[in-house]
Amino acid sequence: MLTYAIRRTVMALMILWFISIVVFVLMRMMPGDPALLQQGIQATPEVIERVNRELGLDRPMPVQYADWLWGILTLDLGRSVLSQQNVTDEFMVRFPVSLQLMVLTLFWTVVLGIPFGIISAVRRNRWPDYAVRLTAILALAVPSFWIATLVLILPQQQWGYAPRLDGAVSLFENPSQNLKQFIPPSLVLAFAPMASVMRLTRSSLLEVLRTDYIRTARAKGLTDRVVVFKHAMKNSVIPVVTVIGLQVAGLLGGSVIIEQIFNLNGLGQYVYRAILQKDFAVAQSLVLYTAGAVVFLNLAVDLAYGWLDPRIRYS
Amino acid sequence: MLDTIQGTRTVTRGGLTARRGRLVMLGRTARRSPLGALGLVLILVLLFAGVFAPVITQYEVNEFAGLPNETPNSTFWFGTDKFGQDLFSRVVFGARISLQVSFLSVIGGTVVGLLVGSFSGYKGGWMDTVVQRVVDTLIAFPALILLLMIVRLLDPSLRNVIIVITIVIIPGVARVVRGAALAERNNQYIEAAQALGATDLRILLRHIIPNMLPLAIVISTTLLGTAILAEASLSFLGLGVPPPNPSWGADINTARNSFPINIAQAFFPGLAITLTVLGFNLLGDGLRDVLDPRLRGSS
Repeated sequence: MLTYAIRRTVMALMILWFISIVVFVLMRMMPGDPALLQQGIQATPEVIERVNRELGLDRPMPVQYADWLWGILTLDLGRSVLSQQNVTDEFMVRFPVSLQLMVLTLFWTVVLGIPFGIISAVRRNRWPDYAVRLTAILALAVPSFWIATLVLILPQQQWGYAPRLDGAVSLFENPSQNLKQFIPPSLVLAFAPMASVMRLTRSSLLEVLRTDYIRTARAKGLTDRVVVFKHAMKNSVIPVVTVIGLQVAGLLGGSVIIEQIFNLNGLGQYVYRAILQKDFAVAQSLVLYTAGAVVFLNLAVDLAYGWLDPRIRYS
Repeated sequence: MLDTIQGTRTVTRGGLTARRGRLVMLGRTARRSPLGALGLVLILVLLFAGVFAPVITQYEVNEFAGLPNETPNSTFWFGTDKFGQDLFSRVVFGARISLQVSFLSVIGGTVVGLLVGSFSGYKGGWMDTVVQRVVDTLIAFPALILLLMIVRLLDPSLRNVIIVITIVIIPGVARVVRGAALAERNNQYIEAAQALGATDLRILLRHIIPNMLPLAIVISTTLLGTAILAEASLSFLGLGVPPPNPSWGADINTARNSFPINIAQAFFPGLAITLTVLGFNLLGDGLRDVLDPRLRGSS
């Protein structure tokens, strides 16, 4: 197990290193001069040169890369090229917003996805099953930005109700306003993961319900409720938990559009704007952290599986 | 190849082996997977709309056909936008762009992914390791962020949007195909072919890749839906196919930012996206049931 764990961890670190190179190179290849963006088009060449020196952009690429990597490891992300703000500070302000959005999204995913998946499996091929499956298929096809747009503009047109779009309010300062701001986007964002969880819960539970030990449990005269919740759920929930873990990683990308539409000043919006404006101090660090989170979630899943199922370690 | 796989599938009944016609197969498939058939119908309707767009619609996409912001009526079925352009025409012509982007990028991505994955899985060794690490790296990026970064490298154009989506599709296909090729390699017939002196290239082209095709077809059908969503998302963010091309995603964004609010302009393009993705997903599920018996009934 230990060798397996070490091998997987080394591999994960290697991938992380590749990712850092890809991000760094992609950001440098983008057209547009950050110094020019910062100073405006009327800037003289001398000003541009000075700004470039301040930003450290006149140094050789490998030096810039090493410097950036060192900053990542020491949690010093430097300054935004455009706003001059300290990226770490801004990160701390925006992180709670994204975190709350993600936690709420996961909440809906679990609270709606798993129970409906169970209903669907238990009532297989009857109308509740069809209803759940149809909902799941539709939820996977609907573009989140479309639903988000409709959620914003329909009430506006019908009742003249315009939600506040001036940035997130803290949960601790104004809980009701905060929830009004976060519940719609988190529900919209939960559509796709919820549908996946529903489908997976259903198929995973159905598979377990076909096994011999379930037949034995039924033969003993246990009620359906006990069979499903005490016996079957335990075994069928493992793959579901795995997928939920991986969904978190997917949400990091999905929140980019949703945060932009609802004007929630989280990390998704931050990284989106940074990529658009070639603010690479911001973009490259945030993208690396995001991809890094995905790599480590995958690693955690792999290790958990290797621990649970020895066969995997040797393949 | 798909034909031979389907055509040679034999059905034993009463001790007799009967070779079934392809049309009968299709009918049986449709009955076994009614949702898959529904998906196919949705896609055919959409293809029809895309191909015959000029015949179906009365107005040009960028023609100032009526008054601004008309609600849906008998002349303008989906209403008009703030310039008085016919929204029905825009949605129908939008199908062309969406289908073009999704088909071309998925075909490109699947072909490259199929080749890379087959090669990597069959050859193994250090080549495989390198390819897999590159795939791991690309998969670790949230897809939308990778799309955004690459799309910023290129000038906005139809061709570049296709290229970007192709690049993002490749690693996923390569990974799945590689896994299947790895399993295929261990079959005895491969060993037999090697014993007969077949070269690696020949084994790849004659055995491995053809056997990966059903899998690739199933993946690519589902990817078509993903590609549609990717194109729409990019257009929505203003980074997709540039105007004057009509694009579903871009129209939703325009509707969102226009005053007074134009519900129809947001509603119909979104509905079109949903039905298209739904069609491809249903078709993909249906194809998977038919082509991959192991997964039958699993979702």
